[in-house]
Amino acid sequence: MKEQFTPKIVGFLCNWCSYAGADLAGSAKLEILPSLTVIRVMCSSRIDSNLVLTTLLLGADGILIAGCHPGDCHYEKGNYYARRRFALLRKVVETLKIDPERLQLSWVSASEGKRYAEVVNQFTDKIRKLGPNPIQTNPYL
Amino acid sequence: MKRIGVFICHCGINIKGTVDVEKITEEIADYPGVAYIENYIFMCSEPGQKLIRDVIIEHKLDGVVVAACSPTLHETTFQDALEEMNINRHQLEVANIREQCSWVHTDIEESTRKANLIIKTAIEKLKLNESLTPIFAPLTKRTLVIGGGIAGIQAALDIADGGYEVLLVERNPSIGGHMIQLSETFPTLDCSQCIMTPKMVAINKHKNIKLYANSEIESIEGFFGNFKVRIKRKPLYVDPDKCTLCDDCTAVCPVVVPSEYDEGLTWRKAIYIPFPQSIPATFTIDTENCLGFNPIACTKCQDACEPDAINYDMKPETFEEEIGAVIVATGFDLNPVENMAEYGYGKYPDVLNGLQFERILSATGPTGGEMFRPSDGKVPKEVVFIQCSGSRDPERHLPYCSRICCMYTLKHAKLYKHKVHDGQPYIFYIDIRSGGKRYEEFVQQAVSEDGIVYIRGKVSRVYREGEKMIVHGMDTLTGKKIEIEADMVVLAMGIIPSADTDKLVNILRLNTDENGFLVEAHPKLRPVESIQSGFYLAGTAQGPKDIPDAVSQASGAAAKVLALMSNDEISHSPIVAIVNEDLCSGCGICVDTCPYGARELDIIEKIATVNDVLCEGCGACISVCPASAAQQKNLTDEQIFNMIRIYTNA
Repeated sequence: MKEQFTPKIVGFLCNWCSYAGADLAGSAKLEILPSLTVIRVMCSSRIDSNLVLTTLLLGADGILIAGCHPGDCHYEKGNYYARRRFALLRKVVETLKIDPERLQLSWVSASEGKRYAEVVNQFTDKIRKLGPNPIQTNPYL
Repeated sequence: MKRIGVFICHCGINIKGTVDVEKITEEIADYPGVAYIENYIFMCSEPGQKLIRDVIIEHKLDGVVVAACSPTLHETTFQDALEEMNINRHQLEVANIREQCSWVHTDIEESTRKANLIIKTAIEKLKLNESLTPIFAPLTKRTLVIGGGIAGIQAALDIADGGYEVLLVERNPSIGGHMIQLSETFPTLDCSQCIMTPKMVAINKHKNIKLYANSEIESIEGFFGNFKVRIKRKPLYVDPDKCTLCDDCTAVCPVVVPSEYDEGLTWRKAIYIPFPQSIPATFTIDTENCLGFNPIACTKCQDACEPDAINYDMKPETFEEEIGAVIVATGFDLNPVENMAEYGYGKYPDVLNGLQFERILSATGPTGGEMFRPSDGKVPKEVVFIQCSGSRDPERHLPYCSRICCMYTLKHAKLYKHKVHDGQPYIFYIDIRSGGKRYEEFVQQAVSEDGIVYIRGKVSRVYREGEKMIVHGMDTLTGKKIEIEADMVVLAMGIIPSADTDKLVNILRLNTDENGFLVEAHPKLRPVESIQSGFYLAGTAQGPKDIPDAVSQASGAAAKVLALMSNDEISHSPIVAIVNEDLCSGCGICVDTCPYGARELDIIEKIATVNDVLCEGCGACISVCPASAAQQKNLTDEQIFNMIRIYTNA
């Protein structure tokens, strides 16, 4: 039997909502698939296109950006910036022949530990189905 | 290269239960930069911290990674331990291998592999961390309070009583706001003026309060702790020191205009005192209507003024003041009746808004507290009160609830009944919202004792027929149409932010919500602060509220200001944005992006700059910079790339 593909997923979590939500999932001892590893940033607006594209080019199979719900941003409107940039990024990665579904933007508040676990597990499942990032075998990139 | 010490915590069995700490210790020992590695049962305990302190000396460490619980729990604990050994607190990184690893994974092999990666990313980040010191700025221990209603007055008095200077700016000729117009206040029915005027006098007398009445904010510059504000004082044209309040001037003034204080129900002259208890206590001239600015046309008041207090040549004055904090208490206006087509666009004199009815009820009002209707002075025998007039109607009017209308309408009906014993008040309502202390008891008492008829439903139309106001409505409990021939109709109009709040908000660079109210930093935990450092909110400027809530919020904002003022300097996290001047092209995108106004363009050097004190460190400017000239201290792109490589190369 073919061994199940273990994806490499990078999660950029905002400090105020989503990182706290991830901690809460931990305190509640919810089971989360281990493929996603976290990088903490102060705000989802810190995640610039360069970071996302480089992460894909370096071979990550999926990228999760998680921030505060619309209207709840600690920095007032950072998540709106993130949302706009994300819509654009999905189009850009398509031109690289990468499925835009490999990028996900989710709102997770500090009180949504359960939601965080669900988001990570569902996203991991999705990336598993999509298979390895084709950039690793694309001779032109 | 930095000499880094790595300390892996077992957290009893919380980490050790699913992460093979011994294995990781072996694996990471040879990782570049690691000078020392150890694992221990409880790193946060005193022996654990002592271990760190001892190793720092013994192995000459420059930085420390503690792999343990979430940084939100013990980051400061370990930072303090480093500082004790004279190592900068920013040379510490916490690898979160408990909440985000051992607690959420069950497979030991997987958790161990992941913990290994998390620790390595912390090491990579630490390698490029700079030593930083908190940013300090001096603090000007004076506070500006904008708005002289009950919220502004309360905040000013609290801060002044705490021993700090306050500037109170009111745009009208007198402080007092809307509360001074009210007759009696729910649910205790105490006289509004009786509880308000002592506070107004206290403002005038307090040695720590400087009152700028008839004044507006022109501009504000500077940053948190050190603002410079320009206040423009419009001339009163009457010298308050000479004016004896004799009232000879109004007797001779030939111009009559509707009275603001009486909500247009009476008339005042072009030279007037807003109301008898005005603070500052002086007459003033309304230049828009006065004829005296053409001295050939009229100088009657000047001729009549014995103390010679009137001077048509007074000019606006601008004052520049230094302040450290601002409380915004700009209050409300009632949603204009002119918006209500279905109730006659305000064209019927016997259709009043809530504040006009307050004036009729008030002993200082146009009728001296007697109940007469405005059109013909008859005693109204049937009065219809319409709650939620233009409120809770997202399609056509205000979407929100103004919180006070249920209670003030009930109070109106009750006070009406006290004055006209054989009168009949009707109240149309959607719901009765009586959530305050003793409010529900007030409602129950009024319903059982005062014979008020409550009709659940909305009024579709109000029009005049002869002497009567015909009210068409629907009782939604019985499903029947209702028609009432009323003598007077009172509309419980909702609260909207006071006129020109939007302009002031632009000057102060604050934010408003979709309804124009000021936005608090956190709806539950920081309700009296703006997200903008140094700005605090009080009263209805932040959202509809009753007097007790406005006063509580004002005292809350004052407490925040007092806590701030008790410091000699303000400190600020040094994790801020920086600019690489060689790369910056001065395009200015970061300036537009910054939610805090911390970014400015140096037009001479053609580069963007960062004001460290204003920068909150969100990083929004970094991701918009097309030249990668913007970076965030201790979270640079290079650091993040190095962290990502740990994951992608694994």
